[in-house]
Amino acid sequence: MRNAFLRTAVGAGLVLVLAACGGDPTESTTGGGAAAGGDTIKVGLLHSLSGTMAISEVTVRDAELLAIEEINAAGGVLGKKLEPVVEDGASDWPTFAEKANKLISQDKVATVFGGWTSASRKAMLPVFERHKALLWYPVQYEGLESSPYIFYTGATTNQQIIPGLDYLKEQGKTKIFLVGSDYVFPRTANKIIKAYAAANGMTILGEEYTPLGHTEYSTLTNKVVQAKPDAVFNTLNGDSNVAFFKQLKSAGVTAESMPVLSVSVAEEEVTGIGVDNIVGHPVAWNYYQTTENAANTKFVAAFKAKYGDAKVTSDPMEAGYNAVYLWAEAVKKAGTTEVEAVKKASGGIALERPEGLVTIDGETQHMYKTARIGIIQPDGLIKEVWNSGEPIKPDPYLKSYPWAGSLAS
Amino acid sequence: MEGILNQLPIGLSIGAVLLLIALGLTFTFGQMGVINMAHGEFIMAGAYTAYLLQDFAGRNAVLVALPVAFLVAGLMGLILERTAIRHFYGRPLDTLLLTWGVSLVLQQVARDLFGAPNVQVLSPTWLQGALGPMPYNRLFILLLAVGSVVAIWVYMNRSAQGRRMQAVMQNRQLAATSGINTGRVDQRTFFIGSGLAGIAGVALTLIGPVGPTLGTYYIVDAFLVVVAGGLGQLRGAVIAALALGLLNSYAEFWTNASLAKVIVFAVIIAFLQFRPQGLFVLRSRALT
Repeated sequence: MRNAFLRTAVGAGLVLVLAACGGDPTESTTGGGAAAGGDTIKVGLLHSLSGTMAISEVTVRDAELLAIEEINAAGGVLGKKLEPVVEDGASDWPTFAEKANKLISQDKVATVFGGWTSASRKAMLPVFERHKALLWYPVQYEGLESSPYIFYTGATTNQQIIPGLDYLKEQGKTKIFLVGSDYVFPRTANKIIKAYAAANGMTILGEEYTPLGHTEYSTLTNKVVQAKPDAVFNTLNGDSNVAFFKQLKSAGVTAESMPVLSVSVAEEEVTGIGVDNIVGHPVAWNYYQTTENAANTKFVAAFKAKYGDAKVTSDPMEAGYNAVYLWAEAVKKAGTTEVEAVKKASGGIALERPEGLVTIDGETQHMYKTARIGIIQPDGLIKEVWNSGEPIKPDPYLKSYPWAGSLAS
Repeated sequence: MEGILNQLPIGLSIGAVLLLIALGLTFTFGQMGVINMAHGEFIMAGAYTAYLLQDFAGRNAVLVALPVAFLVAGLMGLILERTAIRHFYGRPLDTLLLTWGVSLVLQQVARDLFGAPNVQVLSPTWLQGALGPMPYNRLFILLLAVGSVVAIWVYMNRSAQGRRMQAVMQNRQLAATSGINTGRVDQRTFFIGSGLAGIAGVALTLIGPVGPTLGTYYIVDAFLVVVAGGLGQLRGAVIAALALGLLNSYAEFWTNASLAKVIVFAVIIAFLQFRPQGLFVLRSRALT
């Protein structure tokens, strides 16, 4: 009897645990009601709220919720309020596909804002294409993709990685060591970097990958130090950055002796890494909390008012925040939430955003964005030291770069 | 050449990290046979203890946190043993599921308490810098590992409690008939094993991320060391940790991080074909 009881208790406990992982029920509104009908327009927010990616994705969801709140306060879209339906992708790519399916088929949302890792986007892509539904993807990525049912509000490679290389070249750093996590984004990024280096007289001294979640960097640090590069191009993702920078610092590497340019470290990550360990190193993005313009002052103030003074704003958060506004603008222009009409209306929409002017490129459904290189400051914020001067036309397949000819295939 | 030489201390320091995270498991898994998936979360609890103590101790929080984290993680382990695990002795699969569930709950608790992003634990200023190729913080971890091993050895072999623990491990029934309260011994063993995880957590703040999923990065390595070293064998764990550390360091130096993991796993699998019970085997007359 006792054993049977315990077994039931444990079973129930496990179910509870799994349910807890599946997402906060209070945040998720389910049930019928078509997007077009009723007094509200449902929009889906699909990010990892649990698991290893929650660290980053929760902040993007927060920014998207803020945008929805602001749009509703200003009267909503087409006279209707937006109603967020929040789902948890749980850092698990099949779950992303499944939840995307649920949002589209069951909740009948007008559009979905979601994803972070390229793997989650690749998992969701067929779902959105099959249902002819819209996904707004807010993170810089490796390019070489242009789905008709995805809008990419983060940077593609020619708006982040290539400007990063331009910056290193301008600084006279020609011997580069590549360090990245072992998955699609870093490997593709490094292919592009190698092609760029070959065409621009730069040398790649080494190329090293570590599994996601890797935390032992002493050997890799030794290899980097022995190779004596001018700079390191870092495409590590997630918690690995913390271990990498801590161990680099204790091996005596400083930003002066060997700058490490990162493309996945933003304001959010700096605290976890420890400012001490990363101060002075450069990063490449399109937006920083310190970017100066009226739209950003308003965004930062609103974000801190809603989520607390200690919170910082970062590039992916800003791209998620923009996505909601850009979609709302396209819906207003189209006069409907119907997907094909929204897609058609979206081309050429230009908004002054916290990162500066953002224009939707109708052809690729990517954005014109200004590239910015920043240096990490002792207070944990990032100060811009270089920018591309004007928004760069998105070129996900790098068709306008002669040296990149072999990459697109 | 310098690179190759540098890998030697690096291998030792990787071994020291492995040893620290596995020491606690040599008690709970090795001696009691409990597959404790929540061991990683006790490591995490230790790391967060250091984080919280920064408010009082500033940069030297790591030092103050060592004893506190031992107590915090130890008590967590004790509570887990008393409320749940003791009902599952002799049922490894159920224990595995139970403790895995507990580990998920603890991760979510950490996320709710401290937020999903990693937190910053400042390392003491006197640990910055390096002795040749060996950074001071790695040296600190090495010394901590050595210190822990010595302390455990003395406790196990020179104290009455430690000898009772060994008696229960070698032959539970005989120990019980000799008047040893095996339940009490189990509690104590679990307390110490979990507490050691807390100490490892404090040490890891020097070199790695401090976040809710910290434990998941180390749990597999910890089990590997215990299995390769032989269940409940302190010297087995020491030798296995150092050997795996050196193997890892040279395999990664000559290949890359992903392949090094494969090589380490392959070597362990091959090794266990010849010695399925690990480096050292406890010989006892107990009928198990």
